[in-house]
Amino acid sequence: MNMQSKNEGSKELQKQDLEVRLLLEAIQQIYGYDFRGYNQAHVRRRILHRVQNLGLKSISELQHKLLHEEHFIEILLRDLSINVTEMFRDPGFYRSMRLEVIPVLKTYPFIKVWHAGCSTGEEVYSFAILLKEEGLLDRAQIYATDFNPIVLETARKGIYPVSRIKEYTQNYQASGGLQSFSDFYIARYDSVIMDHNLRKNVVFAEHNLVTDNVFAEVHVIICRNVLIYFNKDLQNRVLKLFADSLIKGGFLGLGSKENIMFTEVADTFTVVDASEKIYKKKIVLGI
Amino acid sequence: MGFSMADKAKLKYRAVVIGTSAGGLKALKQLVEGLDPVFQLPLLIVQHLSPQSDSFLPKYLSQFTHLKVKEADPHEPILPGYAYTAPPNYHMHVEKNGTILLSVDEKVNFARPSIDVLFESAAWVYQQHLIGILMTGANNDGAKGMCQIKMLGGLTIAQLPSEAEVPIMPEAAIALGCTSKVLDIKGISSFLNGQYAKTD
Ligand SMILES: C[S@@+](CC[C@H](N)C(=O)[O-])C[C@H]1O[C@@H](n2cnc3c(N)ncnc32)[C@H](O)[C@@H]1O
Repeated sequence: MNMQSKNEGSKELQKQDLEVRLLLEAIQQIYGYDFRGYNQAHVRRRILHRVQNLGLKSISELQHKLLHEEHFIEILLRDLSINVTEMFRDPGFYRSMRLEVIPVLKTYPFIKVWHAGCSTGEEVYSFAILLKEEGLLDRAQIYATDFNPIVLETARKGIYPVSRIKEYTQNYQASGGLQSFSDFYIARYDSVIMDHNLRKNVVFAEHNLVTDNVFAEVHVIICRNVLIYFNKDLQNRVLKLFADSLIKGGFLGLGSKENIMFTEVADTFTVVDASEKIYKKKIVLGI
Repeated sequence: MGFSMADKAKLKYRAVVIGTSAGGLKALKQLVEGLDPVFQLPLLIVQHLSPQSDSFLPKYLSQFTHLKVKEADPHEPILPGYAYTAPPNYHMHVEKNGTILLSVDEKVNFARPSIDVLFESAAWVYQQHLIGILMTGANNDGAKGMCQIKMLGGLTIAQLPSEAEVPIMPEAAIALGCTSKVLDIKGISSFLNGQYAKTD
């Protein structure tokens, strides 16, 4: 590698940085989705992926499409919102919920649960199964939100590929499930349809954690593998939103690589399960 | 501990990324065992593991090196004297401010963590100050990442295929013409040690 090409490489990167910034700016100004506080390595990777996939020469060409093609935002939204999910992801999380959180929830006559960033709904059905087994589903109001309307459509339908059922059944069993996982769905050709009773008390709605505000006071917030994509400032903003949305003594469940330690809400919560990232909002603040 | 200004001026490289798959545990052990105690460049390691495996890799490697080996935490700064391993079932990326980013994006090359994901993001950040090392493995993950590193001025080393337990992975990078050097593990360790050799 000679000096010349090194310089060209980093100049190219610099131009890409600028193009990324301009693209995010356009998405924000025209469509209101704000990705400027998302981790940069992630955003860049996803954008370049799309550039390559469409055989474009630059991010600027993508910008052109965004500005002049009506539905192009949907593609970018899908690229930037990673929707990868599964049923009973991290079974230990659900085990801990069952042991540590459910007994407290049983003391309330009525509970509200918020799944923030619920993607295609697998997490919502998983937790609903847990609530049902514990006799809490009928007195629960569940809000399942995501900022991507397309994944919410799938979540509402509750139809999933049968090819993943083996994995989900294992997860369910490892999570301490009390029944047989097949009690909760009907198989049809290559899909399964989740028991519609599970979503009887679920409201699926669009909500953007970056730009929208508190919409209800709830007993439990589950927001897993969403904050991992946000920078520190944005994490703080969203965690404060969660703190404001929880009743005193309410529970917050995060993804296994997410944490409230060293954030601005660290003092607002006590730790219920450090390894499963389950926290409880203090009843008396400041203690 | 940080690099002193004098160190920084002398050292051409700021970080080393390493990818391994089948046969990787042994190869990684040999590689870190061969590092001199003065060696301080941060290592970022992706070893393909099953998603269910717990975090034994850092504990295992710790036995064989003076570097502090730990499983990477999100947002943690990348520091000299440390070796970071990607947690099972997460991609590990490098952020522009020199911190670690973990993600649950789709698998890449059927793998999460994927070597390509680490290599590509590290190349963006470190450019010509990066060394990429690809060793034993039975798939193509990492080959594209090696190209990305080389394209941005970094140095790439493939393990000598005849020495590799499974040669497919280093061979893939060599076939793409993206390796600056092909060395056996001893040679890789001593090349890395050479980065700290006194030049004056
Ligand atoms: C990786 S998925 C996690 C799904 C599920 N919670 C789980 O852990 O399996 C991340 C989800 O967060 C959503 N998301 C990302 N940014 C968001 C935002 N600003 N507001 C609401 N949802 C967001 C994405 O659309 C995506 O569905």
